[in-house]
Amino acid sequence: MCVFAGGALPLASLLVWGLSGLPAFGDFHGAYALLVDRIVVAQRHATDAVTAVNFDYRALDTLGEEFILFTSVAGLAVLLREQRGERLRAITRGAGEHHFQGASYALRALTLVLVGPVLVLSAYIDAHGAITPGGGFQGGVVGAAALLLVFLGGSYLAMRRLSPHALVEAAEAAGAGGYALVGLGGMVFAAAYFQNFLGLGTPATLISAGTIPLSSLAVGLEVSGAFVLLWAEFLDQALVVRGR
Amino acid sequence: MEALRAVLLVLLALGGLAVVLTREPLRQALVLGVYGLLLALLFFVLQAPDVALSQIVVSTVGLPVMILLALAKVRAHDHRKRRGEQ
Amino acid sequence: MSFLPYGVAAWLFMIGLYGLASSENLIGMVICLAVLQSSTYVLLLAIGYRSHASAPIFADIPPGSRAVDPVVQALTLTDVVVEATVVALLLALAVQAHKRFGTLDPARLNPLRG
Repeated sequence: MCVFAGGALPLASLLVWGLSGLPAFGDFHGAYALLVDRIVVAQRHATDAVTAVNFDYRALDTLGEEFILFTSVAGLAVLLREQRGERLRAITRGAGEHHFQGASYALRALTLVLVGPVLVLSAYIDAHGAITPGGGFQGGVVGAAALLLVFLGGSYLAMRRLSPHALVEAAEAAGAGGYALVGLGGMVFAAAYFQNFLGLGTPATLISAGTIPLSSLAVGLEVSGAFVLLWAEFLDQALVVRGR
Repeated sequence: MEALRAVLLVLLALGGLAVVLTREPLRQALVLGVYGLLLALLFFVLQAPDVALSQIVVSTVGLPVMILLALAKVRAHDHRKRRGEQ
Repeated sequence: MSFLPYGVAAWLFMIGLYGLASSENLIGMVICLAVLQSSTYVLLLAIGYRSHASAPIFADIPPGSRAVDPVVQALTLTDVVVEATVVALLLALAVQAHKRFGTLDPARLNPLRG
């Protein structure tokens, strides 16, 4: 602990000294951001500046982030694969129900009623990324949460039936590949990778801002697939895999 | 608005301290969920609705679920080993 | 007073580090790492804030009105989602370590044997 204090105190003082050199809170001067704020509606017909920055102005950075997500999910799938000597418990109808016997009828009713609206909400957030706060990342996690609701309200078996492994993996890969393809489309049709090549439309309508809704949907698919895969892997480990 | 921001920041600092000082992982996961909700509120007050949207779902549902499942797996493993040794 | 957001970010960073160093449980370490990550989000958003400005959504305010920085928000929002998957990867490592070594205590994990 003395070693930690010895290292932490200089670091803390360095942090505070560095942070006090920043411009005062609320007094922001960044030229790039102010420029984006002024021209985003006129140039890209997108009213949500954050999504426009994510999927249009800085789309290449989002590609990198998305592939970080893809790679860490792949790494997790490799780590939690079946080891030598592990057995899989048979998931029959009874066993599937058994593990959540604490779920009362009220919980089941509430969660099953909520699954549909949450899915629609996720699609809404995905599609309206360029107009209101939202976009692929937000809609994606909300969509994955809908499937988690199925597990909470129903049984593990129901969740696995609604999201079989192969389908979820295919969806996630399709999302990641789809996003890269949108970028390639920019290269093919407009001579720059990720250049916005579709017609821009009128701002604040559903079909506007060119490729941004497409990118948004691709990313939403990928993020949903990634999170469902993550939770399914951990659920498998907790409920199905049995050690040597 | 200024007062709300200051109060939220102080609550956040205390919440972070609470997460770190809770020793048992099960309780820590739940405190992390509350901390994440506070963080989402701060993002709203800092005029960042997009960030708050993703933070709400990830930090109240995503992270605690994964932590709880990992803990369940670890406990089941411990339980089985102890039963095997008896 | 105007240093408070930066101070809270620095504070969160330091106690996240402290939790990481003093934790006796691998899963507790991962949770402290999540607190560490959140300090960077607070710092980024605090840098981009402008007083008396609204969110950078121009659906109902005229474009060109005073708005906060959208670039740091874009960074932070992808960060939130991606770091959650990285935390999941670390949890999977912890689960496998437990299977291998029988313990979650980082001080008792055996070093690699050649």
